[in-house]
Amino acid sequence: MGDVMDTATLVRSGSSHAVDVVGDCIKRIRSRDGAVNAIVDFDEERALADASRMDHKRDNGQPLGKLAGVPIVVKDNICTKFMRTTCGSGMLESYVSQFNAFVIDRLMDADAVIVGKANLDEFAMGSSTEFSTHGGTRNPWDQQRVAGGSSGGPAVAVASRMVPASLGSDTGGSIRQPASFCGVVGLKPSYGRVSRYGLVAYGSSLDQIGPFTTSVEDAALMLEVITGHDDRDSTSIKEEVPAYSTLLDQTLDGRRVGVCEACFAEGLSDDVRQSVEAAIEKMREAGCEIVSVELPHMKYAIASYYIIAMAEASSNLARYDGVHYGYRTPQPGDLADMYASSRGEGFGMEVKRRIMMGTYVLSSGYYDAYYLRALKVRRLIKEDFDSAFQRCDVITLPVAPTTAFTVGEKVEDPLAMYLSDMYTVFANLAGLCAISLPCGFDAAGLPIGWQLMGPPLSDQKMLSIAYQYQQMTSYHLQTPAIATD
Amino acid sequence: MANSIDADMVRRVATLARLHVGEDEVQRYVDQLARMIDYVDLLNEVNIENVEPLTHGLPVTNVLREDVARPSLTSEQALANAPQAQRGYFAVPKVLDQESA
Repeated sequence: MGDVMDTATLVRSGSSHAVDVVGDCIKRIRSRDGAVNAIVDFDEERALADASRMDHKRDNGQPLGKLAGVPIVVKDNICTKFMRTTCGSGMLESYVSQFNAFVIDRLMDADAVIVGKANLDEFAMGSSTEFSTHGGTRNPWDQQRVAGGSSGGPAVAVASRMVPASLGSDTGGSIRQPASFCGVVGLKPSYGRVSRYGLVAYGSSLDQIGPFTTSVEDAALMLEVITGHDDRDSTSIKEEVPAYSTLLDQTLDGRRVGVCEACFAEGLSDDVRQSVEAAIEKMREAGCEIVSVELPHMKYAIASYYIIAMAEASSNLARYDGVHYGYRTPQPGDLADMYASSRGEGFGMEVKRRIMMGTYVLSSGYYDAYYLRALKVRRLIKEDFDSAFQRCDVITLPVAPTTAFTVGEKVEDPLAMYLSDMYTVFANLAGLCAISLPCGFDAAGLPIGWQLMGPPLSDQKMLSIAYQYQQMTSYHLQTPAIATD
Repeated sequence: MANSIDADMVRRVATLARLHVGEDEVQRYVDQLARMIDYVDLLNEVNIENVEPLTHGLPVTNVLREDVARPSLTSEQALANAPQAQRGYFAVPKVLDQESA
């Protein structure tokens, strides 16, 4: 059983008290977060009051939910009424949402205790969690290294064992890449599975919320809780929600795992290659059929992805105008100056860069050459995957070309930062489900993740394959020194 | 397509984006946007003839609901985060000055 399941089971049965579980969690945040800066805010009083209400409920004989007493942190771009939602931006420094995100209500309905908000790259734009107004998040395995991003805070909170689970968002790899860099499980559900209501929008056709956990069982349980139709998100789908966590133990016999040779070509570090190849070999030994697949348009994915993501970002971020909420420049001239100065002062460097690029590719004279072309290439990429999935149940590939890089290494080189998403953006472009699983360590002792991707809505099958891999390995059980203080 | 990023283009895009860009930042944007555009020009190799654009991965279009009012934010809630509000409205600097009004 995973950490989330264990905790919930103990609290439900009365063997543990939610107030003790949450109190211990707060202590861990206090003692560990100084070194890694994963947490933006936590609210001890509110968390303990919630926990105590849970304990009373049980004492009164009322049943508790699937996440009874489980302390959770969420990425600070997921709206909460009871804590500010900053998106790691000066623009939203003191913004308090008037509503909860769909996933927040789901977590609370399942009796989870939301203890805090976790750090991120500003507006989820970045691959290292260095671009945050709250300062960078550090990797718990080596604090000179980045956590990955943009969901660095939620990944590190779980990797440091401050909390057993957290929620992040994944637009181009922002859950899977930090999960890989930090040695935890990171799940990006199929597009449309989890409502985006209350997730601050970055690239709406790509964004999806998903969990970080220490095991596949816990990822499945979290998905079960946060999945479901919500008519406040027009891309939320009306499919039945499987009981993911109870359907994991299925045989690998006859499962077909697709491998694209080209993904293992240049640019991939040797340590990552060896670990991922070893994982594939393990799947073969366990009864999977390994089949070779082609993804002819693979090399165009990053270019297509960044054009689309930046175009959507420039449009979504138009709402920050210094009028309705967020930062306003203190001494505005006229109205036009108020817009431009509020935005110029409120947004950080990377966000401005993406707004500029997105505005350019959407502007008259360039729309067809860039944006429209990128959408057409997106279809070709999706068709590559459609035909590849005719021959296999999941496709496996690395999560990132390297392990966690050094703090500051890519800050001044945006393109190098973007290229670190080369294996993850496919899933967002094509709406696939994907998961990052711990599969080893490099020579420096940094975690390595590997990735499974499945067709849209095959989350359950993908999770069951991931679970069988986890049963054969113990990488997910290893923790950084900071987690055992 | 030939790379068309120069200082004037950066200023034009900044105006479209309602984003203040200081004169000292213009060259930095020129360099960084030019590099990105050079990279994404890679897409020019792809044959996109007769390919329809794909806006998202789902086979879902035009999701409609009954046109009936639902509960929404009160005006107090809507104004709760406003940098400046007056008499139940969002307040902004004057758009027109006295003479032209």
